[in-house]
Amino acid sequence: MMRLSQGGRIDRSKTLHFTFDGKAFTGHPGDTLASALAANGVRLFGRSFKYHRRRGLLGAGIEEPNALVTVIDNGVREPNLPATLVELKDGLIAESQNRWPSLGFDMGAVNQLGAKVFGAGFYYKTFFGPFRSTRVWHFFEHFIRRAAGLGAAGDVPDPARYERINAFCDMLVIGGGGAGLAAALDAAKAGKRVIVCDLAPVFGGRMNWTGETEKRDALLAALDATGNARLLPRTMVWGHYDGNTFAAIENVASHRQSLPGEPRHRHWVIRAGAVVLATGATERPLVFPGNDRPGVMLANSMLRMAAEFGVAPGETFGMFTNNDSAYHAAAALAAFGPRCVLIVDLRRSVSAEMRAIAIRLKAELRTGHAVVGTTGSAGLNGVHVAPVDAECHVTGTEKLFAVHALGMSGGWNPLIGLAAQQGQKPGFDDTLQAFMPPALPAEWRTVGAVAGVGLPAPAPVLMVRPKKPLDKAFIDFQHDVTDTDIDLAHREGFIAVEHLKRYTTLGMATDQGRTSNVAGIARMAELLGKTVGETGTTRFRAPFSGVSLGSIAAERFGHIMPNRLTPMQDWHTANGGDTYAAGLWHRPMAYLKPGETLEQAYVREAKAVRQAAGLVDVSTLGKILVQGPDAAEFLDRVYTNMMSTLPVMKARYGLMLREDGLLFDDGTAWRLAEDEFLVTTTTANAGKVMEHLEFFLDCIWPDLGCVVTSVTDHWGGMALAGPKARDILSTCVTGAAVDNAALPHMGIVHGVIAGVKVMVARLSFSGERAYEIYAPSGHAQRVWDAVMAAGAALGLVPYGLEALGTLRVEKGHVTGAEIDGRTTADDLGLGGMLSKKKPFIGSAMAYREGLVRDGRLQLVGLKSLDGRALNGGAHVVENAAPQEPAESLGHVTAACFSPAVNAYVGLALVRDGRKRIGQNAFLADPLRGIHMPVAIVSPHMIDPDGSRMHG
Amino acid sequence: MRIPCPFCGLRDGVEFSYQGDANRTRPDPVSVDQTVWNDHVFNRVNTRGVHREFWLHNHGCRAHLVVERNTVTHEIVSVALARQFVLERKP
Repeated sequence: MMRLSQGGRIDRSKTLHFTFDGKAFTGHPGDTLASALAANGVRLFGRSFKYHRRRGLLGAGIEEPNALVTVIDNGVREPNLPATLVELKDGLIAESQNRWPSLGFDMGAVNQLGAKVFGAGFYYKTFFGPFRSTRVWHFFEHFIRRAAGLGAAGDVPDPARYERINAFCDMLVIGGGGAGLAAALDAAKAGKRVIVCDLAPVFGGRMNWTGETEKRDALLAALDATGNARLLPRTMVWGHYDGNTFAAIENVASHRQSLPGEPRHRHWVIRAGAVVLATGATERPLVFPGNDRPGVMLANSMLRMAAEFGVAPGETFGMFTNNDSAYHAAAALAAFGPRCVLIVDLRRSVSAEMRAIAIRLKAELRTGHAVVGTTGSAGLNGVHVAPVDAECHVTGTEKLFAVHALGMSGGWNPLIGLAAQQGQKPGFDDTLQAFMPPALPAEWRTVGAVAGVGLPAPAPVLMVRPKKPLDKAFIDFQHDVTDTDIDLAHREGFIAVEHLKRYTTLGMATDQGRTSNVAGIARMAELLGKTVGETGTTRFRAPFSGVSLGSIAAERFGHIMPNRLTPMQDWHTANGGDTYAAGLWHRPMAYLKPGETLEQAYVREAKAVRQAAGLVDVSTLGKILVQGPDAAEFLDRVYTNMMSTLPVMKARYGLMLREDGLLFDDGTAWRLAEDEFLVTTTTANAGKVMEHLEFFLDCIWPDLGCVVTSVTDHWGGMALAGPKARDILSTCVTGAAVDNAALPHMGIVHGVIAGVKVMVARLSFSGERAYEIYAPSGHAQRVWDAVMAAGAALGLVPYGLEALGTLRVEKGHVTGAEIDGRTTADDLGLGGMLSKKKPFIGSAMAYREGLVRDGRLQLVGLKSLDGRALNGGAHVVENAAPQEPAESLGHVTAACFSPAVNAYVGLALVRDGRKRIGQNAFLADPLRGIHMPVAIVSPHMIDPDGSRMHG
Repeated sequence: MRIPCPFCGLRDGVEFSYQGDANRTRPDPVSVDQTVWNDHVFNRVNTRGVHREFWLHNHGCRAHLVVERNTVTHEIVSVALARQFVLERKP
């Protein structure tokens, strides 16, 4: 190919430098990588998928199956990009794919010699026979995977930014060619908000290469004048979802130096009222031996390269066609200089108009003929032409014609994918020999070539079969599927079109069979003795073409995740709080002093709580306000225990079950008034409990006079625990007495701390005398500071999640690790909390056979007998020596060092655990090579009668 | 998929969460008939076609809705407030 001295949308006054496979080239602004390389005389763009055959350009746009390249930007590899869609920029680095050691000399090309072996289903066949599941097979598999392939992904992190955007419009126009722009203009004039997307950097579609750029500019100017249209160039609509929701990818900055903060790709979710499908059609190749030789291109792509990008195919060219469009392309292309010397037409007769074109071009016209072979080494230099009958069988002698390039046209495929992604069946149009858009909803319209407008009627899809086995006629260029593969699949019984696709991989490559499917299905129909329409096409699925994974992930990773912060977050960080992500919350694990390990810190904190006092941030607990005349009745129905008998200003620990009788969540209910409760939930289940309560109020008992409101973020909470807790509280709280008589265990008072109104409930999670203090979020830090100051002289320390966990493990208090969706209340020793006096959610199923039988996992405590730490998740076993496989009796749910017990302890769920208390067992953790002796003890490892808590 | 919420208007499906078959009615809470409860808790009809189901607009107004949805085409046939639907269904 060669560069024309004028024409096209390239700017010859500026030069861009780029490299392809390490070799330096130049091009111009407006070039694609494909046109720039072609202008430099490059014919070889890639190696084919299985046989590693030399491949050149077939198309000029989205249809390109051969010229896939990897673009390397700052070391980041983006593979499998059609060179026809890569816009040239200065400094572009691209590489060819699927070749070793180089594109020109590729060892994999020996695969062609074994072509019989590499036929359809070759990979699957290696699963059977003598080598199956052997090392030999693994060797082959490695080889196959290396030999057959596309580009390789990179291994360095991609620093580019990707973003996601939502858009709404009255009308989405997919495809910005003449028909799409006209439909957009009509709607925009009528006041509709319109979005028009087009793959290309320039709108206008084929107007860009058919000499209609003035008409294009007039349409665009009129559209702009309405002020209602948003044009998205370089944007591919790739998915169609329910409710006219579309996914699109906008190439924002791959084609130039990106600006600071600009994303590389933008993922669009477009929700449209009406849809105009104006995606056009792609030309399809003819199937004949040697149709993949570099220099053989689609007829109209050849024209497009010349007219849009100023690249001529060579001094002379021929055309091979079964329809009129190749004649028009030949005439238009000849106007740029190249001479058309030959037109081969499969049809026996052509119109006078076409004949006149051939005469005007001084081209030799051969009707009822076919190209039956191609010659040339680096590229095409000649074609063999022979007469054929109506079934495409050769009937006479071949003649060789010298041509530098061959354009082929086998008819046109409307790009109907988006219209059929919802599962609608496209019908086959016998006149156009193409699958057409299926019946569409009322708000959809198809315009232009996708609707068949302006498409020529080709001869039926037939193929010229090779005579020699090594001659190949390709149907699917990207996956190297030939005519014989279709025949083989048919012989082996793959006679459904979806099976054919999987077995031969026809149409499964990144181009989704845009150029290949119809020819493959036509051959299959011929073998089945059916029509193409009866045979049908495979289902269309998203994405329409390759989509970057980065654009789909967009901002949904890393630091962009929302954070939930408690009112005391800054204080925690400033005071050594080593925070840990718990869902969206960030909670301090411990407050590390200089030089302290995490274990030293939490043991110090837990010890301080038991000896003096500690303060922990509990703002993350779920808090739900339950209000209304039926609030108490409602809580009786959702908690296992009775809440209606709770006096005002008292709190009660409560359990909730799921409808199937298993434990759901635990928490407390505070009765603030006759008709008002504050319910707390575990941090992890706050959202789920809220949904659960709302569901029962809305959908099961809408007759109850009760409403629920999430107030989690409204209250900052802190728990003050330890023997000195009351002394500390009494020095800082005013307006309420907090002595044992005024505020007994489970009592609630309203008071004031540091001028802030607070609620104080005497609740204990640690087993110590403890108070939960709730202050309005905006003032919680002030309250926290006041309590810390009041406790300074009494040994008060802040404590984190690890110490909180240690205190609850020592006390045998359960959390989400034990309420794991498989345990019942009785498994955890809480069976007594299931009221027998009333039904509640889960009551009917709580006692079913499987939940009350012997052998269930029950909560126990564990104590290390050899001074080693217990591991969460380790299995409890009876055997003293490591043994595989050992029968597991259960597993460790929580583990820590207990300063109160002065040993490593844990909680575990163990089969018939309560009967085993007092026995010894072993922990097996084979992954970490740990096998150690433990004592099974009561989960209440300290203060079993609760005197510390009640005193 | 988009659902027209009676309070919030036409909203994207990601704002909603599925809350189960709305054709079921909860058995008498006092009953401990395991056949009835097993059926209620575990068994579902896998409808092909228009199905009546509960949806929660959890990233919106938090109302539960009764949505009639075609399970084949995802077409939304009707949307009503669950509270009203359940109250009117009661004998």
